[in-house]
Amino acid sequence: MAAESASTVVAGADEPEALLGRARQVAASVTDPELPALTLAELGILRDVTVQDGHVHVTITPTYLGCPALPEISQDLHRRLREAGFGAVTVHVALTPPWTSDAITAEGRRKLAAAGIAPPRPAVRGPVSLGMPGRRGPVACPRCGSADTAVLAAFGATLCTALHRCRACGEPFEYVKDN
Amino acid sequence: MTDEWATENERATAGEASMAEGDAWAADGDAWLTDGAASARWAYGTGFRDPFVDINLAVAPATDPEQLAARCLMLGDDALVYSHRLQQWITRLPELEEEMAVANIALDLLGQARLLLTRAGHLLGTDEDRLAFFRSEHEFRNVRLVERADADFAELVGRLLVFSTWRLELLRRLRESSDPGLAAIAERGATELAYHREYAADWVVRLGDGTELSHQRMQAGLTAFWPYVDELFQPDPVLADLPGALADPAGVRAEVDAVLDSVLATATLQRPDVTPAAGVGGRTGRDGVHTEDLGYLLAEMQSVARAHPEGVW
Repeated sequence: MAAESASTVVAGADEPEALLGRARQVAASVTDPELPALTLAELGILRDVTVQDGHVHVTITPTYLGCPALPEISQDLHRRLREAGFGAVTVHVALTPPWTSDAITAEGRRKLAAAGIAPPRPAVRGPVSLGMPGRRGPVACPRCGSADTAVLAAFGATLCTALHRCRACGEPFEYVKDN
Repeated sequence: MTDEWATENERATAGEASMAEGDAWAADGDAWLTDGAASARWAYGTGFRDPFVDINLAVAPATDPEQLAARCLMLGDDALVYSHRLQQWITRLPELEEEMAVANIALDLLGQARLLLTRAGHLLGTDEDRLAFFRSEHEFRNVRLVERADADFAELVGRLLVFSTWRLELLRRLRESSDPGLAAIAERGATELAYHREYAADWVVRLGDGTELSHQRMQAGLTAFWPYVDELFQPDPVLADLPGALADPAGVRAEVDAVLDSVLATATLQRPDVTPAAGVGGRTGRDGVHTEDLGYLLAEMQSVARAHPEGVW
C-alpha cells in the first residue's frame, strides 16, 4: 500500500488550496468504525484539517473519553489519505471543546435514521434530572415512526448508543445517547 | 490496558504490520509482547498524538506542579481502581443488559483514568502505563471506597450511585479549573458521570422500592460500604497551593447529600447510621493508606505488565 501511494504522490504543481480541499474532502469522507453509516464529519468528531508542505494534519475529538475506536479511526485516516496521494499524515486528538451528541449534523441524523438507528434528541444542559433517560420524552422508532417506544437497556453495544424497543412494530433499535 | 490489549493482539494475529516487522514473532512464544515495535506499545502510540499536545499545558502561576500531579493521581486512581472492580463483574451479572451497562461504565472510567494519569505523567516526567502498572499500593492515592469487591448487585449499584454522584460534583467544579488538562477532562467526563448516576439511581429505586427481599438486600448493600463514604469529603489541606486548580472535596458534600437523600427517600431506604472507617493515625486512601483489598486488586491488574516490563503489543 505504501508503494502505491508513493507512485501517486501529490504533484508539486498543485495549488495549496486544491491540496487542502482534497485533504479535507478525503478526511471528511472517512466513516466511523462503530457507526459506519456516518462519516467522521457527520458524526461531528472531525475538528480540523490542515496541510503544511504536503504534510496533512488531521484533528479529531473522541465522542467518549474512553472511546476504544480512536486507534481504528486514526488508521483509517492514514490509509485513506495515503491512498489519495498524501505522503505524510499526523492525526491529533483534541479534547476541547468536548464532543456532544448535538454535534451530529443534520445529514448525519438523516443517515442514522435511514440505517435504523434513532438519532439523539437535543442534549439536556444544566442540572441533570434523575431517572431513566427515557423520561426526557419519547424517542421515535426509526422504522415505523411511532413514539410508543421504551428503553430496553440504557447502555448498548458501543459507548455512544442505548437499546430501545418499539411497542408499535415490535422492533428493537439502537439510539444514539443524547449527552 | 484491557481493550487496547485485545485490539492490538487481534490485529497482530490478523497479520499485516506485526508480521512484516520481525521474524522474532514466530520464533518466540512471547514475541507478540516483545517484537520491538515501540510505536505500537502504548495506546497513544498507535498512530495519533497524545490528546494533550494541542492544549496549552503550562502550569498556572503559583501552582506547584508536583501538588497538581498528586491531585491528578487522586482522581485518576479513583477511576482506575473502580473501573477494575467493575470489570471484575463482567460475566457475573444477572442480565446481559446489566453486563453491557457495567462494562460501558467501566470503560468510561478507564478513559478518564488514562487521561488523568497522562496529565500527571506530563508533570512528573513519566506516562500513564508506568503510573498504572509500576506503582506500589502505598503510592496509589484513591479513596478506600473504590477498593472493595461488591458482595452483590445491590452493593454494586449503591456504591455506583454514591461514587458517580460525588465524582460528578467534583468534575462539575473542575470544568473551571485553572489547569487546562483537568478542565478538558472534566468537561466531557461530567456528562458521562451524569449518565452513570442515572443508571445507578434507577436501580437503587427499583430494588429499594421493590420486594421485601430486594429492599432488605439494597439496605444491606448500602450499609456494607457506607463506612467509607465520609472519607470522600475530607478537606484537602494543600489546595491553598493550587489556586483554582481543583475543588475541595469538603465543598461538595451538601450537593452530594441532597442527591443521595432524594434517591434514598424515593427508594424507601435509610441512610446507614454507621461509624466512619478509621484511618491509620488519621491517614486514609489519599495518603496511600489502603484496605487489604487494594493489594489483591493491584496484584491482578499489574501482573502482566510486571511480568513483561518492556512488553510490546
